[in-house]
This record gives sequence, C-alpha cells and structure tokens, in this order.
Amino acid sequence: MTQTWIILGATSSMARAYAREMAEAGATLVLAARDIDEARRMVPDLTARGAAEASAMRFDARDPSTFGPIVDRVEAEPGEINVAVFVGSMPSQAEIDADPGLIERVTLDNFTGPAQFLARVMPVMEARASGTVVGVSSVAGDRGRIGNYVYGAAKAGFSTYLSGLRNRLTRAGGHVVTVKPGFTDTSMTWGVEGMFLVASPEKVARDIARAVKKRRNVIYTPGFWWVIMTIIKLVPERIFKKLSI
Amino acid sequence: MQWKTADYAGWGRVHKAHGELARPERAADLARIMEDTPAPALGMRRSYNDSLLNDGGRAIDMTRMDKILSFDAATGVVEVEAGVQLGELLRLFAPKGWLPAVVPGTGFPTVGGAIAHDIHGKNHHALGSFGQHVTSVTLLQPGGKRVTASPGRNKALFRATMGGIGQTGVILSAKLQMISTPGTGMRVKETRVGDFDEFLDLLDNSRFDYNVGWIDGTAKGSNLGRGILEEAELTTGVEARKGPSLPVPIDLPGFALSAPTVRLFNAAYWRKVPARGRTHVMPIASHVFPLDKLHDWNRLYGKRGFHQFQCVVPVDAAPVLKDIVGRIAHSGLCSPLAVIKRMGPGRAGMLSFPMEGYTLAIDFPARDKAVRLIHELEAMTIEAGGRLYLGKDALATGDTIKAMYPEWQDWAAEAARADPDGVLITDMVRRLELRG
Ligand SMILES: Cc1cc2nc3c(=O)[nH]c(=O)nc-3n(C[C@H](O)[C@H](O)[C@H](O)COP(=O)(O)OP(=O)(O)OC[C@H]3O[C@@H](n4cnc5c(N)ncnc54)[C@H](O)[C@@H]3O)c2cc1C
Ligand SMILES: NC(=O)c1ccc[n+]([C@@H]2O[C@H](COP(=O)([O-])OP(=O)(O)OC[C@H]3O[C@@H](n4cnc5c(N)ncnc54)[C@H](OP(=O)(O)O)[C@@H]3O)[C@@H](O)[C@H]2O)c1
Repeated sequence: MTQTWIILGATSSMARAYAREMAEAGATLVLAARDIDEARRMVPDLTARGAAEASAMRFDARDPSTFGPIVDRVEAEPGEINVAVFVGSMPSQAEIDADPGLIERVTLDNFTGPAQFLARVMPVMEARASGTVVGVSSVAGDRGRIGNYVYGAAKAGFSTYLSGLRNRLTRAGGHVVTVKPGFTDTSMTWGVEGMFLVASPEKVARDIARAVKKRRNVIYTPGFWWVIMTIIKLVPERIFKKLSI
Repeated sequence: MQWKTADYAGWGRVHKAHGELARPERAADLARIMEDTPAPALGMRRSYNDSLLNDGGRAIDMTRMDKILSFDAATGVVEVEAGVQLGELLRLFAPKGWLPAVVPGTGFPTVGGAIAHDIHGKNHHALGSFGQHVTSVTLLQPGGKRVTASPGRNKALFRATMGGIGQTGVILSAKLQMISTPGTGMRVKETRVGDFDEFLDLLDNSRFDYNVGWIDGTAKGSNLGRGILEEAELTTGVEARKGPSLPVPIDLPGFALSAPTVRLFNAAYWRKVPARGRTHVMPIASHVFPLDKLHDWNRLYGKRGFHQFQCVVPVDAAPVLKDIVGRIAHSGLCSPLAVIKRMGPGRAGMLSFPMEGYTLAIDFPARDKAVRLIHELEAMTIEAGGRLYLGKDALATGDTIKAMYPEWQDWAAEAARADPDGVLITDMVRRLELRG
C-alpha cells in the first residue's frame, strides 16, 4: 500500500534524516516547513533516494492559515496518511527570562501549533482507519529543570497530548508514537554547552522508523535515555529542587 | 549558535587546531557566513595533515551540506552539495548502475575534499583523477560571490580549484559524471608477489580496471618489496549489506604497533594468500573501502598520532623507489599499512598530485626517528623527480613542495584573485607559504 508522510518541520536536522529513511522505503513525502526554499532543495535529494514523490509546502506552527492547504493536499493522496512532527524551538532560559513573551511562542512551536494541525488531520486518518502519528517530544519534558523548564513544560504538554491522541487514534485503527530523544547533534544544539552522550540524527531517525514498524508507544532514543530518565524521575522533589542538572 | 569553539585535527592527529567552527545545514546559512565572516571549509577530516586546519581562526564544517541536487539516470550525471560522502554516493547509485568514477581508499571523504585534493583511486591508471570527472563546480567566494567554473568556462579558476586545497572559495556544489557498473559487486584477484621488481612488472602489465599492491615494509634482502597484488573489476552478483562498523574505543598504547608486532603481522598477512593466488567476489565497498568497518582506526596509533608518507615517482625512477622501500625496511619503523600503485598521467588541476609513475604510501607512528626518516625519503623523492601528496604531507617545507609543483605560482595568482584578503588560508598553506 502507498504511504504518505507529512513531515512537519521538514528542514530540521532530525526530520531530514527521517525523510531520507522514508524515501528509501519508497514513501510519498510532503515536506511542510517554514523555510520553503530549503524544503524545495530537499525534493530532488529525496526522489534520488527512492521517494515515490516529494513536494514542499509552507507550514508555520504559529500561523494556522498554513494548515488547511496541507490537509487538503494529503486528502487527495490515496492510501495511508502519516504525520511526523519535528517542529520545535529551544531558546535558552536566559532569553526567555529576558522576554517572557517567548513562553507563548515556545509553547506554540513545540506543542499547541502542531496539536492544532493534528486536530485537523485526525478526521482524515480516522476515516482511513490507518496511519501513524510520530510526535517528537523530548527527555526534557520528563522533569522540569532549572536550565530548561519552559521548553520542558511545552514538551511535557506535547507528550501528554500525544498520549491522549494515541488513545483516540488507536480506536480508529491508527497509531501514535511518542519519541523522546536525548541530546542529538543537530543545528538546535550546535555550540550548546554541557552536552554528553550525543547521538546522530541518523541514529534517531532509524530508531523512529523501527518504532513505527513495531508500533511502539513511547520510545527514548538512544534507548539508554530510558535508564537515565527513570533515575532522574525517581529523585525526590525535596532533593531535586536543589540540584542543577 | 552559529560558531562553536572546538579542538580538531586531521586524520593523522599530529597537527591540531583550536578555533571556531560553523556547521551550516542550509544553502542560505552558508551564503550568509561567506558574506559576513568568510572562512575556509573542511569536510570529513580524512586528510592526514594540516590541510583542513585553521588554528586560532574560523572554519566551516561542510558535512551537513550533503544533498543530491539532481540525478539523471540516463547519463549518470549527478549534482551534489559538497558535503556528501563518496561512500554514500556509491551506496545510493551502484544499485542503479552508476558509481563515482574515482573513490579513495575510504568512503568517508566528501566531494568537496575529493575536489580540493583532486584525489586518486585504485583505477587511476585507467580513469585518472577525481577532478577529471567533475563537469562543473559552484564556489562561494569571500564576500558572498557565487561563481561557476567548468573545463570550458572560467577555465583557470577550474584548474586552480581541482586540487586547489580550498583556496579559491568554498565549494558549494559540483556536477559529477559517474561511470556505469554492471552491478554492485567486485571480482578481486589476489596474487602473492615475491619482491620489488616482480611487483613493478605485475603492476605494469595488469589488465584490470582497479589495482593496488600491499607491500610488506618490513621484508628485507631477497624479500624486499614483497607483498600482495589486488586486481579487481566491477561485476554483478552480490548485494551490498549495511553492516555495523566497529569503533576503536581507546587510544592504543605505543607498543601495539612496535616493530616485532608489525613484522609478525605482515608475515602472516602475506601468507594468507595462497602461493597460487585466489579470487573472490565481494560488495564494491568491501574492496575499495577495506578499513571502513573499523571506525576511528587512527586511534590505533595512540595519542601522539601518525604520519603518512606518500610520494609518486616517474616510471624511469623505479630504482630510486626501490631504494626508498629498502631504506624503510632497514629503519624498522614501518606500520602494516603500506601501499604501492601504478599511476597514469591523469590530473585535473595545477596542484594535482598524480604523474605517470608509481606511488607509494606508508604510515609511520609519529616519533622523532620517523620524522628524520621521512625527511630522508623526501630528499630521495626530489632526487627521483617525484612529488609528495598534499593530502598527506605534514612535514615538508615550502621550498620542497614548490619545486615539486611547477604551476604553483599560477595557482597562487588564481587563489589571490578569488580571495584577495587571504581569509581562506589554512595552516598547511601557511606552513608551505603557498600563497606567497
Ligand atoms: C584511510 C584513508 C584512505 C585514503 N585513501 C586515499 C586514496 O586512495 N587516494 C587519495 O587521493 N586520497 C586518499 N585519502 C585522503 C582523502 O581522500 C583526502 O584527504 C580527502 O581530501 C579527504 O576529504 P575530506 O572530506 O575528509 O576533507 P578534509 O580532509 O576535511 O579537507 C581536505 C581539504 O579539502 C578542503 N575542503 C573540504 N571541503 C571543501 C569544500 N566544500 N570547499 C572547499 N574546500 C574544501 C579543506 O579545506 C582541505 O584543504 C585517504 C584517507 C584516508 C583516511
Ligand atoms: N537536538 C536535540 O538534542 C533534541 C533533543 C530532544 C528533542 N529534540 C526535538 O527534536 C525536534 C527536531 O529538532 P532538531 O534537533 O532537529 O533541531 P532543528 O534543526 O533546529 O529543528 C527544529 C525545526 O523546527 C522548526 N520550527 C520551529 N518553529 C517553527 C514554526 N513556528 N513553524 C514551523 N517550523 C518551526 C524549525 O524550522 P526553521 O527551519 O524554519 O527554523 C526547524 O526546522 C524538535 O522538536 C526538538 O525540540 C531535539
């Protein structure tokens, strides 16, 4: 059966690696991105790698008027419709403290914008009784930390939203995979201090592809982050509040 | 965050740099950098030396600029961003019947790096150097100017860019004419070779498209120059598999590659090929990229790193090459990695390495004794009328290199035109005073 993937935030480092995985599997790709020029440059790369078809469309998580055309476009595609959400932004906590208005924009980019888009494709996916939503959240959403808690809160919100969405889509025969990457070597983290055990975007993309195939619910990628986060979640709040990890 | 402070090095890890690196992922970001803060480019850091370093300055890591921009399945012409790796092109296109015309001994190098050193492969005698299969190249020059050069247009710039060690601008993209292949396999014939003279004889008379010789750099006397000749041709019949690569997790202690270990290893390696020879069929990558399964194998040489000496000498200077091999055998400093190849005349640029003759490449752990030996070998190379490879040399002086590359002044003039303020100058260019 033909499969179509809408990639939200297609120009992200991780998204590009995932789009390549899907291209090699022969999928049809809709590259939804704010940087439309770059998304267009991705088209020949993905067709050379085996995509049945690839096209670029404008998508801005902060501008719902960009959502409708994408939904209309995929409705015209036969077969299974899938969505992978890579959109996200992570200003430093210091930037946010200097401009609290950023809190709303971080929430829009990481959670409420993509959620509004998903709300609009859901009926299409339910009608076809198939398809997978991949939502890229983050280990940062597992616990609020001093250096990153607005981004963390947005990701926590997104994770919770995805869990509810899974509950809904499962009934219709579809599926939702929540992806929690650890530190990944992308443009978002280039030059950020204090990174360790950094994974390549290709590794993350392979893990996501495997999780989709196996219908996993929640994955940590690389897998060892599950251990790290389990320990971090176990630290009692009265101790955690004094730590700066 | 555009610039990141980092310590980095070439493959041999002898020269090191501390400086700021940007790693653009989009054409627009790269263009902005070249407009505002132009800097030299680097690829996968597979050059052994300081050719990719800019100590105390800035450099642009091109490895994420790796898209395929167009591919014509009928002609085998592919246009790519400069950061794409040659092994990736092979993996993607061999199943479609095409492969890069020239690949080096590892699949990691980028197209930008392959152009900047006008690299050669095991088929140099048949198909020439990498740059001879580049049909056009697009450069971003300091200030943001975008220029396209080809063998027919901006000719001098093109010849200064092939093998031009990144000094004519950052290579944004290139068009490559690939060669057709009947399949994804290679038929490899291995032959035991008894000594140096027999080696040259076999290399001269090989009828295969790909050939390379492994030489036992520890064998002396009547065994001097013994080794294994590997001749190969493209074929059908095997699927390339995506195997895991094994990391070298630690820097090995210095004695791991000491003289007795290497002697034992080499003797065993030589004997593994039966006296009557043998033939295998294997995936292309397994033959052309033999060490790529062992990731970061440069750590085998320990923290102090290593040098690779690579020279080419004209055919009639074969006796000097024999002396070079003899000198190395007597030094007791050779590592297991020693390679000899017959080269054709093919070269694409003013600073290209190849010349018709024989090339020899040998690794040495970075020790004072080895440095003295390499200086002796340089002198012997000059005597032979040969030259050293700028992708490997880490020790020569400017005078030595300039004498070997008679077109260097024409090249320097083109580089000055492209980069009048010298913002693309790297540590190697400074060491060799190549830009005057
Ligand atoms: C195991 C091994 C085997 C090898 N075998 C061979 C062989 O058989 N034949 C051979 O010829 N070489 C061989 N090499 C050397 C290697 O092919 C070259 O050094 C090649 O240039 C490395 O490419 P890179 O992408 O790693 O570039 P780097 O080493 O990072 O950079 C090399 C040069 O290219 C310039 N450069 C890189 N990208 C750009 C760009 N986009 N625009 C402008 N300039 C750029 C840099 O400034 C630098 O001067 C081998 C190396 C190794 C480690
Ligand atoms: N890198 C890590 O260590 C890490 C760890 C855990 C989770 N993550 C998550 O992984 C995802 C992918 O990020 P990445 O690491 O690959 O970094 P990235 O390259 O910076 O990707 C982020 C992408 O989000 C897009 N984006 C941001 N706001 C948008 C908006 N309003 N509308 C449309 N697109 C918008 C960006 O688009 P532009 O191209 O237009 O800027 C960019 O392509 C993100 O959700 C991130 O939070 C990353």
